[in-house]
Amino acid sequence: MKFRTVVGGGCALAALAAVSSERFMGWALGSAFGPGALYPLSSPAELLAQHLSLALGASLAAASVGFVLGIIASMAGDEAKRLVMAAGALAQTVPPVAVLALAVPVLGFGSRPVFVALALYGILPVLHGTATGLNSVPSASIDAAVGMGMGRSFRFLRIELPLGLPAIVAGLRSSVVINVGTAAIGAAMGAGGLGRPIMAGLVQFKTSYVAQGAVAAMVLALSLDWALARIERAVTRA
Amino acid sequence: MEILRYEGAGKRYGSTWALRDFTLGVEEGTITALIGPSGSGKTTALRMANRMAEPDEGVIRYDGRALRSYRPEILRRSMGYVIQSVGLFPHWTVLQNVCAVPRLLGRRAREAEARADELLSLVGLEPALYRGRRPSELSGGEAQRVGVARALAADPPLLLMDEPFGAVDPLQRAKLQASFLDIQKRLKKTVLLVTHDLDEAVRLADRVVLMRGGVVVQEDTPARLLAEPSGDFARDFVGEERSLKRLARVAASSCARPPATALAGSDAPEADGSCDGPSLYWVIDGRGRPVGLVRPGGRAKPGEKAPPVLPLGATLKEVLALMLEDGPELVGLVDDEGAIRGELGLVDIARASSQAVVTGESR
Repeated sequence: MKFRTVVGGGCALAALAAVSSERFMGWALGSAFGPGALYPLSSPAELLAQHLSLALGASLAAASVGFVLGIIASMAGDEAKRLVMAAGALAQTVPPVAVLALAVPVLGFGSRPVFVALALYGILPVLHGTATGLNSVPSASIDAAVGMGMGRSFRFLRIELPLGLPAIVAGLRSSVVINVGTAAIGAAMGAGGLGRPIMAGLVQFKTSYVAQGAVAAMVLALSLDWALARIERAVTRA
Repeated sequence: MEILRYEGAGKRYGSTWALRDFTLGVEEGTITALIGPSGSGKTTALRMANRMAEPDEGVIRYDGRALRSYRPEILRRSMGYVIQSVGLFPHWTVLQNVCAVPRLLGRRAREAEARADELLSLVGLEPALYRGRRPSELSGGEAQRVGVARALAADPPLLLMDEPFGAVDPLQRAKLQASFLDIQKRLKKTVLLVTHDLDEAVRLADRVVLMRGGVVVQEDTPARLLAEPSGDFARDFVGEERSLKRLARVAASSCARPPATALAGSDAPEADGSCDGPSLYWVIDGRGRPVGLVRPGGRAKPGEKAPPVLPLGATLKEVLALMLEDGPELVGLVDDEGAIRGELGLVDIARASSQAVVTGESR
C-alpha cells in the first residue's frame, strides 16, 4: 500500500511538473502541432496556478460552509434532514455549467463571480456527504456513548466525526473534482486559468491551445482526485 | 443496603404514561430483572437510572442522593451500561472500546489497558488474541462479551443491562448467561437488568419485577413468581410450563444421590433383592472418572459411548434436557477433574420439583 502511494504520488507530481513546464509543453506541443503551438499570453505554470487557486479556493470555501451546514442538518429533526437531503440531491442534478451561466448576469464578469458560483455549487456535495456521514453512525454506538457518560463535544469529535469522515471526504472529493472541471469554463467569464488557452484555441481554430489547456486540466483533476481518494481510503480504514 | 431506589417514578410521552408510580429498591450486590412484554415500561425504568430518561414525577435515589443532583455524564460513568445491540465503536479496537470509560475518568492509558486485559480474560476472551481486533472482526457473542467487559472497565458498583443477551442465538445466550453469573459471583456487582425472556430472568435474577403497561404487576423472587403468579396476566406470562422453568433455578447437586460405582475390570455387586438397591453402577477408572454404566452383577468395562454426565454446577433443567435427548436412566455429575460426585434419576427431579413448590426455594 505504501509503495503504491509513493509511486502514484510520484507520477502525479511528475505529470503536474510536466504540464506546468514551459519548456516541456513547448517541446511536446511543438512536435505534435508544429511551431507556435504553445499559448503565448501566459506561461503554463501561471495558468495552472490560477486554475488551481480558483478551484481549490472555491472548494475550500464550499467545504467549510457545507461542513457546518451538514452538521446542522444532521442534528436537525428528521423532517429537516429529509428536506436537506432532497434539496441536495435535486441541486446536484443542475449541471455546474448552468450555475456559471446564471452567475454572470447576477455578478458580472471576472474571477469573482466564477469563484462564487463554484463555491456555491461545491457546497452541496460536502453538505450531503457530511449529513450522510454523521447520520450513518450506528445509533447503538451513540446510545452506548451517551450511556457511558461521554459529553456532547467528546462524542462528536471522537465518535461521530471519525465515523462520518469517509463520507465527508467523499463529498469533498466530488466537490473538488467538479470544480476543477467547471473552472475551465470560467475562462469564458474572464476568470483566467486553464480555460483561457482552450477558449482562445476554439476562437482562433488553434487545436494546440485547446490541447494544452485540456491536458493540463485533466492532469490536475486526476491528481487531485487520486490524492483525495487516498485520503478517503486512509480515513475509512482508521 | 439499597443502592438504587425508585419512589413513585413516572414518565409520560404525550398523554400516555410509559411508566406509572414505579417504586422499587435495588439491593446492593443483587440482580434485579425487570420483565414484561414490549411497552411495559421496563426499558423506561432502566433508562431513568442513568438519566437517559427523566421522570415526570417521583424521585429516584442513587447511593442515598437524589438522582437529579448528579451531573448526567458523571453519574453515567459510575454505572456500567450494556445494551442489546452492544454499540461497540466500530472505528476503535476492542482494547480502546474497553478502555473508554476509564479514559473518560482520566485514568492513565497503561493502567486502563492492564485492567482491560484482566476484564477480557474475565469475560472469556484471550487478551492477546482480541485486544487489537476491530468490532467487525467479532462474532455476536464475542461482541457482547466485549460489551460486558467495557461496562465493567471502570469498576462501577451498578450495572444497567438492557436485553444484554437478546441478540445472540440460544446456545450462545446460555453460555453468556452462565459466564455472566460466574462473573457476578466474583465481582458482586449490583445489576438492574431488562429482559422479555422469562427463562433469562429466572436464571439470572434474585428479584423479578413483572411489568405491564407501565405498572408493576408482581415483584418477587423468581421461584415465588413461578410458584404463585398473582393474577391472570402473571399466570399467562409465566405460562403453562412454569414448573419446567423452575427447574432452571435448582442446582442439580442439591438433589443428587451419592453415586454407586464399580471400578473398571471388577464385577459390579449383585442385586441384593431389595427394591431400592441401585439398578445401574457407574464404571469408573482409577481416578474416579466414569467411563461407562453396568447392570448389577455385570462385568465393569468401559462403555462404547461416553456416559451421560454434566458438570457439578448444572441445573435440574439441564439434567432433564439431557435425559429427554439421550434417554439415559441416570445422569452423573462430575467435578472439574472429571471424577463422579453424584447421580440423578427422573425420580429425583420429580421430588425436587414438588419440594420447590412447597418451599418457594431460592438459589
